[in-house]
Formats: sequence, structure tokens, C-alpha cells
Amino acid sequence: MLTISNAEVIYNRVILVLKGLSLHVPEGKIVALLGANGAGKSTTLKAISGLLKSEEGEVSAGSIDFMGERINNLDPEDIVRKGIFQVMEGRRVFEDLTIDENLTVGGHTRKDSAGFKRDKELVYDYFPRLRERRNQLSGFLSGGEQQMLAIGRALMARPRLMLLDEPSLGIAPLLVQEIFQLIKKINTEEKTTILLVEQNANIAFSICDYAYIMEGGRVAMSGTTEQMKSNNDVKEFYLGMGEGKEKKSYRELKSYKRRKRWL
Amino acid sequence: MDITFLLQLIINGLVVGSIYALVATGFVIIYKASSALNLAQGEFLMVGAYICLNLLSKYNLPFWQAILITFAFSAILGILIERLILRPLIGSHLISVIMVTLGLSSILKALVQLAYGTDTIPFPEVFPSAPVQIGPIPVSQGYLYAIGCVTILVTVLTMFFKYSKTGVAMRATASSQQVALTMGISVKKMFAISWAISAIVSAVGGILLGTIRGGIDMSLSFMGLKVLPVVILGGLDSILGAIVGGVIIGVLENLSGGYVDPLVGGGAKEVAPYIALILILMFKPYGLFGKKKIERV
Repeated sequence: MLTISNAEVIYNRVILVLKGLSLHVPEGKIVALLGANGAGKSTTLKAISGLLKSEEGEVSAGSIDFMGERINNLDPEDIVRKGIFQVMEGRRVFEDLTIDENLTVGGHTRKDSAGFKRDKELVYDYFPRLRERRNQLSGFLSGGEQQMLAIGRALMARPRLMLLDEPSLGIAPLLVQEIFQLIKKINTEEKTTILLVEQNANIAFSICDYAYIMEGGRVAMSGTTEQMKSNNDVKEFYLGMGEGKEKKSYRELKSYKRRKRWL
Repeated sequence: MDITFLLQLIINGLVVGSIYALVATGFVIIYKASSALNLAQGEFLMVGAYICLNLLSKYNLPFWQAILITFAFSAILGILIERLILRPLIGSHLISVIMVTLGLSSILKALVQLAYGTDTIPFPEVFPSAPVQIGPIPVSQGYLYAIGCVTILVTVLTMFFKYSKTGVAMRATASSQQVALTMGISVKKMFAISWAISAIVSAVGGILLGTIRGGIDMSLSFMGLKVLPVVILGGLDSILGAIVGGVIIGVLENLSGGYVDPLVGGGAKEVAPYIALILILMFKPYGLFGKKKIERV
């Protein structure tokens, strides 16, 4: 459905952030994109959704194809109309709009008013907490509820591909579980393909079908969830399950650095 | 001092204040959408009034037709200005935007002068002028119509921003442009719409002022400056603030005109709003309803 090949992204015409990234998101699946801070995960999502433009960035090489169509450097509003919807990092609800209005804005590109109304109810069915407070300002919601609103708002646009940027960020662990179960549910019931960016590899592996690990603007490793979970490096660096039980010495830390450079 | 005089002043204040409120609303709409301070707001008002006058007296169109054409003209003017002058400035410093609107105001003023001269031109009587007796005081019908028009327009605008899809999208854009982009909202289109609405609203203000005063001249454009204390008082980003601020400044101006002017020999009426502006900035820099925002530089 979505194929990125050898994409390079440059900010301000100087800073090269993505250095030849390739990845593929098959239809109907959940694909996770993992990696440390500054690996280029969010930049990848912004390259897909066209948001780079508003940040002085551009896709300078390579290609991004969605449903067989080139979408490099299109305007974000056109990309939303093609069916890709990004939920930005840190929730970013419209704080001085009510919950209901936030959902209305999410469905901004919709033309069918009947489907629009039906989907609003659908979102409220997925997130009953939001229905209770539909007329409250969304700025007063808790972090977890704002994340639900952000996902619900995305659902209003009926996207074919949803880009989720760190939905677990700054949210209580129990709520994180709940939100990820709902993401899975949306994936199966609404047939929405999902590209998920996460730092929390554990929780991502609990719902994704396929995972990519990014480092320094490239894909360092990829595989199905099972393959990834059983990989020793992934275990050690991302799941916190090192083989040695005892505390590691500084010398081994150096080897960590060496081993971490997969490419 | 008798009570009739006071009431008379207050009513005058309310009428002028409601027009301030209208123009201030236009100002706030642009500021909220694109954080540009439009110092040419008064000229929008003036241009609207002159266009309407032209249609009424030269082409003898019925009032409602003249109004509709004026609206269309104002909307196009607003969109053009946004498109040609403001859009290239997106992302540049606030000061440059302010200077550009200042320049724009001079240009518009000069164009109107070129076309219509500097003399006061009588404005045809649109509303019946016979005064109505309200309690002890006679009130011109034009005043009542003006307040009525402003109330209707402000209500329509409020409904628009509250319930229509475009209105809500505009508020979303004001809240965060980047997130609005991810919703598939065309931020540029929202800017254009806000300039169009703002120009229309100002034109209504101009037409109302014309009918109330019975004639229009270049001094109409000073309304743009009068709007500054109004929006500072109400809060730059609050429509409710613009309305309340407009009424307060209008009444304040008339009261000081009625009571202070005789003592000091005139001038208090013109100065009072700006004294208020300075006081507000000292004690409540975000205005009555403005949003407090911590800016990190």
C-alpha cells in the first residue's frame, strides 16, 4: 500500500535526516517503526504526510508511493484527501475546541454528511469516555483521553492509512494498554492500515505484524514481529532483556556501542 | 446634571460602541486566523461605505442590492489583499506585516481620495430618521436599526464559528496551524476566508456609520485606530472581548465627551479611549478576555 524507497530528507537545505530509507507497509497490517530519539522516525511520518513542508524540510531523493501513486512533496491537505492521516506526537488536540468540535475538524475532508454522523457515533462507541464529555473543552482532558481523542479524530477522516506517532508518550501504563488494544481493534474492524512509530518496543510488538528498526536515518533491521522478538540484539537493546543477569562493566558498554552499529 | 443627558450619552455611546465592536470583530478574526495585525481595518470600512454610497446614489440601486454588491466587492478586496500582499509575507516578522498593512491603509485612503475627493458626501437616508420616544428620551430610528444590524451580524458570526464546518475549521486553524494541516484543512483558504469576512464586517460598519452621520468623508478611516483600544481592552484574540470592549469604549468616549469636554475645553472625547488603552496595558496586558500565552523565544 505504502512504499518508501531510498528516501532522503533534508531540513533547511543542509541537515540530512533520512539517509536512504526504504520501507513497505502492506494493506490491512500494523507496521511498527522503532528506534531511539533522533533516529528519524517522526521525520519519516512527516515525509509521508507532507508536513515536512511546514518545517522547511523536503524529500530530496527517493520516492514515496501510496496506492501506486507518487506522493513526494504533495501538500498535506491533498495527502489527507488521498487517505493518509497523521496523528502527531504529543496528541496535539485543539485545546480551545470542545471534544465534539475536534471530531468535526477531523472529518473536515468528508463530503457525505450521513457517514460523517455515523462515524462520530462510531468514535464515541470506541471511546465512551469521550461521549460523556463531548461538550467540554478538550484541553481539560487527561493525557490518555487526549490521545483517544486524537485517534478518534483521525478515524473521522476514514483514512486508509493511519500514521501514529508515539501514542504511548506521557501516558499512564494502564491507559497505554487500553489505547493499544483499541488501535488493534480499529485495525481489524475498520480495516485501517496502521504505521506506528514507537519507542516502547514491548507494547508495539504486542499489536504489530511487522517491525522496522531505524538508526541514524536508515532502517537498521526489519522483520516480522516473531523474528524481531527472538532476535538477541533487539532483546537486549529494545526489550531490556539482556542475557547476562549481572551488571555490565564499562568494557561491555563499548561492545554495546560496537554491536549497535548493525550497518 | 440631569438624567436625560446621561442616558442620551449612554445611548449614543452604545450605538457608536456597537459599530466599534463590529470593526473590532473583523480585526480579531484576522488576528486569530493569521496573527496579523491589520492596521488597514478602518480603510476597509471606508472603502465599503464609499462603494455602497456610489451604488446607491449613482446607480440608484435599491438598498439591499447595493448592500449585496458591496459585500461581494469587500470580500474580493479582502481576498485579493490576503493573496497578493499578506501571503508572500507568511513566516516573516510581525513588524513587516504591520508595516505592510500600514502602507496598505495609506494606499487605500489615497485611492478613495482620488476617486471621491476629500469633501463630505451626503449619504442617502436608508433608515427612517424620525426619532422614537424611549422613556424620557427621543432616539433616532437609525440608531436602533444600527444596533439591530450589529446584533444580528454578530449573532450570525458567532453561530458560524460555533456550528459550521468551515467556522470550526477556522478556529482549529487559529488554535494550531500545523495540526490543522494534518486534518486536511487548507490553511491558506482559511486565511482568505477570514480576510473576506473581516472586510465584509467592516463594510457593514462603514455603511451604518454613513447612515447615522448622514454623510461620509475620509475621517471614516480613523475608525481603524479607534479599534485598537477596543481590541486591547477586550483581548486581541477574543470576539466576545471585541464586542464588550467596543461597547465600553463607545460609552466611555461619549461620557467623557459629555462631562469632561466642557471642563477642559474639548478633546477629552478623542483622548479617552487611548488613556484607557494605556491603563489597560499597564494592568491587564492580555485584555479582559484575551488568552494568556507564554511565548518561548
